[in-house]
Amino acid sequence: MKDRILEVRGLDVDYGLGPDAVRAVRDVDLTLHRGEVLGLAGESGSGKSTLAYGMTRLLPPPGVVAGGEVIYHLDDGTTVDLLRMRDADLRRLRWAEIAIVFQGAINSLNPVQRISAQLMDVLKAHSAGSTPQSRQDRARELLSLVGIASDRLHSYPHQLSGGMRQRVMIAMALALEPRVVIMDEPTTALDVVVQRQILRTLVGLRERLGFSVVFITHDLSLLAEFSDRIAIMYAGQVVEEAVSADLYRTPLHPYSDGLLRSFPALKGPRRELSGIPGSPPDLRMMPSGCAFHPRCPRALDVCDEQVPVLGQSRDNRSVACWLHPVAVS
Amino acid sequence: MTAEVAPAVSGTISTEIVLEADGLTKHFPISAPFSRTKKAVRAVEGVSLQLRRGHVTALVGESGSGKSTVARLLAQLYPLTSGEIRLHGQNVAVQRGWAHGRKFKAYCRRVQMIFQDPFASLNPVHTIRYHLTRALTIHGNRGDDLEKSLADLLTRVHLTPADRYLDRYPHELSGGQRQRVAIARALAASPEVLLADEPVSMLDVSIRLGVLNLLRDLKERLHLSILYITHDIASARYFADETVVMYAGQVVEGGDSEKVTQKPAHPYTQLLIESAPDPDRPAVEEKDGGSGEPPSLIEPPPGCRFHPRCPFAMDVCRTDVPPRFELGDGHFAACWLYREEAA
Repeated sequence: MKDRILEVRGLDVDYGLGPDAVRAVRDVDLTLHRGEVLGLAGESGSGKSTLAYGMTRLLPPPGVVAGGEVIYHLDDGTTVDLLRMRDADLRRLRWAEIAIVFQGAINSLNPVQRISAQLMDVLKAHSAGSTPQSRQDRARELLSLVGIASDRLHSYPHQLSGGMRQRVMIAMALALEPRVVIMDEPTTALDVVVQRQILRTLVGLRERLGFSVVFITHDLSLLAEFSDRIAIMYAGQVVEEAVSADLYRTPLHPYSDGLLRSFPALKGPRRELSGIPGSPPDLRMMPSGCAFHPRCPRALDVCDEQVPVLGQSRDNRSVACWLHPVAVS
Repeated sequence: MTAEVAPAVSGTISTEIVLEADGLTKHFPISAPFSRTKKAVRAVEGVSLQLRRGHVTALVGESGSGKSTVARLLAQLYPLTSGEIRLHGQNVAVQRGWAHGRKFKAYCRRVQMIFQDPFASLNPVHTIRYHLTRALTIHGNRGDDLEKSLADLLTRVHLTPADRYLDRYPHELSGGQRQRVAIARALAASPEVLLADEPVSMLDVSIRLGVLNLLRDLKERLHLSILYITHDIASARYFADETVVMYAGQVVEGGDSEKVTQKPAHPYTQLLIESAPDPDRPAVEEKDGGSGEPPSLIEPPPGCRFHPRCPFAMDVCRTDVPPRFELGDGHFAACWLYREEAA
């Protein structure tokens, strides 16, 4: 087994305080290994972005991290809990160790500053003792890393296409050679052709630079191709986690199965697809027991009474479902 | 531009053509201060397509390829720069202005549109009852019993029991339910044609198929012809009988969905299909497929608009716009590679 780099244990995230709080992320456990791409899939409102911002303490109010811990393994073998660090320490760790690529590059770049300024800002803030010249060289290097001609360095964001802006965002995230990159829907606004180019660039860079990626998206078919492991979220909980190929071939949780059956195939026989009946639950009025049972085609009696727990099973898979009670032990 | 309007198509697929677009062109002028030269975004250039009774035609393309503009032109929400729209063979292009309101309304009764965002297309301060009643009244389909007409509409889109939804506000419904209400509102006009502009792309993945299956069900029961606009070519294969692919404002390929997706002829369609996520792909093979991005539509490249990105580009591609070449069974591609085959 590879080394662990980031571990999330029992993370709870609420929106609001007191009795009106809505629990958007519920008791989530995740482990990210060194050099791996962990896909986090789920529908809108399933809490995948909240989880990412919660574990990096970037959640704006009214979001509150209500419990749990996020363990980061430093190079020297010691561990720190991101949720309990002093702000100053966390500030040093952010971007240098854990970087984020936000959803929608159009909104994340400053429209009135050249991308050179925005790239060099990061280097200035985090690497003390660098000269303007060295920063500029590094910025050029970063652009060529993500496949943008370095003469575009002094462009404004509006002079670049959507795909190039997203590449700039990736270059910025990689500026300090982080070991973990969290990508929140990095390609959602882009076309399939550009999306593939960018993901290919990213996979290539990961092999060269050896960072780990948490890849958040709603497009499960994309994850099945580009990630090593996939965790599926539903209504704030991780309901299944497995190696991509296993999950794609033999999904254990009925929700994962339904999600996979929601994507029409481009190859092979044309099958009748049904999607999943009903719609995701309202987090303010969660159903009793398993959150998925009102939509589940294989619901048992126990499902509306007791919440299934995510447990390890054989072959390094985990699933939270009463159909697979072996996993719950 | 499209000199060869496929006569072969009507021979192979026998159903009646309801709505036909011939050489649709739309230029959006851009006003540049202090400039005398008039520039325009050539959003749609010479697009021809046919919608048949009881058929779904998919219009596939990247964002900015002009597919939504085509839908809006067909709905006559924009005036045409040139070209013709024919409903049952009659030119129906509506002129702007006061005198033509009635003609436009008559057209709307037969051609309805469904928009992408069900969160924005319903008025948040009115109930579902209000939305549907208004649509029924405007199009004169109110009938003797309004309650029954409303219930019928909601039953058609599988929102039952109807009285549970009628007095709700849009914010009380989920995205999928809202899109169903939008579909019901379009059906209130009892149209012949539905123009669906990315009807499921704003919806959650798990409920998209429910809405698509509903549309297909409606097509079969009401013999609607549907234009399904999407960027997802896999869903076009699933849902549509025919698929038309657009690139940079022009139609590059079209034909039976299965043919277009399984044996794509145009290099752009091939690129699009290669780029679609495919979990069965053996790992990530490092093949440098597509590079580059769609061209500016203000000054599009001469000749074939795809030639700067095309791996097979020839000299003729840089100078002459390719016409449609027939590849048999209604399958056509606008690409010079097929010049010999078609001849």
